Amino acid sequence: MSRVRAALAKARFLVREFSGEAAYDRYVAHARTHDPDARVMTRRAFERARTDAREADPREGFGCC
Amino acid sequence: MSPKSVAVWVLVGLVGALGWGILALSRGEEISAAWLLAAALGSYAIGYRFYARFIADRVLKVDKTRATPAERLDNGVDFHPTDRRVLFGHHFAAVAGAGPLVGPVLAAQMGYLPGTIWIVAGVIFAGAVQDMVTLFFSTRRDGRSLGQMARDEIGPVGGAAALVAVFAIMIILLAVLALVIVNALAHSPWGVFSIGMTIPIALFMGFYLRVLRPGRVTEISVIGVALLLLAIVAGGWVADSSLASTFTLEKETLVLWMVAYGFIASVLPVWMLLAPRDYLSTFMKVGTIALLAIGVVVAMPTLKMPAVTDFAARGDGPVFAGSMFPFVFITIACGALSGFHALVSSGTTPKMIQKETQVRVIGYGAMLTESFVAVMAIIAACIIEPGLFFAVNSPAGVIGTTVQTASQAVTNFGFAISPEFLAQAAKDVQEASLLSRTGGAPTFALGMSEIFSSVVGGAGMKAFWYHFAIMFEALFILTTLDAGTRVGRFMLQDTLGNVHKSFKDVSWKPGVWLASAVVVGGWGYFLWVGIKDPLGGINQLFPLFGIANQLLAAVALAVCTTLLVKSGRLKWAWVTGVPLAWDVAVTLTASWQKVFSEDVKVGFFAQRDKYQTGIDAGKVLPPAKNMGEMHTVVTNATVDGVLSALFAILIVIVLLDAARTCLKAAGSPETVRLSEVPWSESKIIAPAGLIATPEERAELAAAGLDSGGGRAKEPVA
Repeated sequence: MSRVRAALAKARFLVREFSGEAAYDRYVAHARTHDPDARVMTRRAFERARTDAREADPREGFGCC
Repeated sequence: MSPKSVAVWVLVGLVGALGWGILALSRGEEISAAWLLAAALGSYAIGYRFYARFIADRVLKVDKTRATPAERLDNGVDFHPTDRRVLFGHHFAAVAGAGPLVGPVLAAQMGYLPGTIWIVAGVIFAGAVQDMVTLFFSTRRDGRSLGQMARDEIGPVGGAAALVAVFAIMIILLAVLALVIVNALAHSPWGVFSIGMTIPIALFMGFYLRVLRPGRVTEISVIGVALLLLAIVAGGWVADSSLASTFTLEKETLVLWMVAYGFIASVLPVWMLLAPRDYLSTFMKVGTIALLAIGVVVAMPTLKMPAVTDFAARGDGPVFAGSMFPFVFITIACGALSGFHALVSSGTTPKMIQKETQVRVIGYGAMLTESFVAVMAIIAACIIEPGLFFAVNSPAGVIGTTVQTASQAVTNFGFAISPEFLAQAAKDVQEASLLSRTGGAPTFALGMSEIFSSVVGGAGMKAFWYHFAIMFEALFILTTLDAGTRVGRFMLQDTLGNVHKSFKDVSWKPGVWLASAVVVGGWGYFLWVGIKDPLGGINQLFPLFGIANQLLAAVALAVCTTLLVKSGRLKWAWVTGVPLAWDVAVTLTASWQKVFSEDVKVGFFAQRDKYQTGIDAGKVLPPAKNMGEMHTVVTNATVDGVLSALFAILIVIVLLDAARTCLKAAGSPETVRLSEVPWSESKIIAPAGLIATPEERAELAAAGLDSGGGRAKEPVA
């Protein structure tokens, strides 16, 4: 049972990483490792900033033919 | 190596060799696609296990003690060490698109063998090597782009030529991809409706992610894919209803829509259309390719196309003109060797890679996977009736516009097919006609619907699977149009910024609009020309696209070779040097023939002369139907010829500049200045391959880490 649960957790982790859903958690965790009381953006603000960054340099994330 | 692994690898080798043997020795009889898969997969396994490992360990000397940019510059956003399995998925999704589905289909006119050999040999010795070596060098330079590396390591002239090349390629690439979609959607109310619906679906997803539930990508992607499937089903209802005529569009109308879409999409904010479309197409891409792999294995279809057709030697094929060498090797770019990948390998991926040792699985491995997609495309094209293949892929100027003329013309090629068969094939997938649907997408969709309907749903599902496949290709081609226009615009703004400062500001609206209009105008021009050309747009433009893509590969391989030489790996320079020499030989021969060939089917200027002479004599030469079309041929042939020559000149400039740098570096190694970031120690422990080896597992366990790896909990020596 615990192995099934571990496998599901792993799958969930991989899907969240792949889709980019985990980006916010990672950002918060990263900010907190340096300063536990760091002020972090809200999820809404973070996601906006992340999408808008592509506006500035569209080469990031451009795929192939 | 242990005796067990020796035995396993001998077995893998035997399976691959058996596959190749059957492919090569079958004469006349139809063989199962299983042999093609065995040959390809066996070769990939050997290539990955031995050659890629040799390059990683001996040539590049990947260093597991050296920190990657992701580790050193970790900011939790764009630089961050990413699980290798996730990054493999990202990298694969970024490099694979419509390319590997289009080229191999067109190349099938020469039979399945030439294309398959090039796809498999090309990827092992050239394409995957290029991706991996570029990824490695970019990782050692904090993720510098190919253009920057060309400028830093080769010199300003080579760098500038590389920049011009990238821009020109972007324009041609976008035009050809758009042409593929226009050819698939013309007179197809089902297709137009379901592709059209992707726009409101994407807008809804964008709104959801921006306003309703920011960042919940997985759930909205699932909703989006469900809506997409609904749109495909609904397309069938629309095609049967009184609305059908509203969605039955001419090519000209579709081009105008496409150009308008390209412009508007690229000036809208990213969150509205581009970001959600990206999620949708990634989901569809990974899902459909997995389905297709399962479908091919379960259905195990039979290859109906001959191994090698007469067109291979004669070079007068209707799909694209020219003989096997060099034209198979430029027609199949993505899947064997694609210069475009160097842009991905030198952009985002190096900023996310956990360990240097992982360049093998991500650079080489993801490219092998793309190559496998190309092999499936060639299978899809070769399992349908060859007569149908040629009726779908020949321009109307060659086969006429009715099933009777097409049947006759194709039967004359040596592939007997009845008018009734052609009519029935169109009816099966609920299209008015399948004739001259050039560009590869419809052929691929026919093959895919053949495979899927034999596994799920039977003949009744053919129409659904056909439109599913068209949707699948159209989705990422439209995403590429948007994203590619943005990239072209960015490059243009960057260059214009040297003339007028305001252009550098990417949020300055007049600059954005102007640059977007120029880029859209560029590919829109070639797209318009492509549908109007009496000689057939794909026939004329695809070689140009192939030359351009292989030109970019030459730039990437030249950068790699220069870097190998400059970094003291002169004796290993052949690893990228030989593929470079091959690529240059192919590209320059193709450009040479396109410019100078006396054969009017191949040489652009020979075409120009023939039709100009006709105009001067007041004669209309077929397939042109009037004087207007005669002038169209002359103009197009001139533009295409000049571009072929331009590409050849660019490649020579880059090569000369690279050779100069290499000679200087080899002659006086003490003068070499590398812009490599100095070594610093890596604290991350992570396996090199997708699956951890026993030693790696022990190392992870000792550091208290799971299979994903990470920073050691306590310092380990």
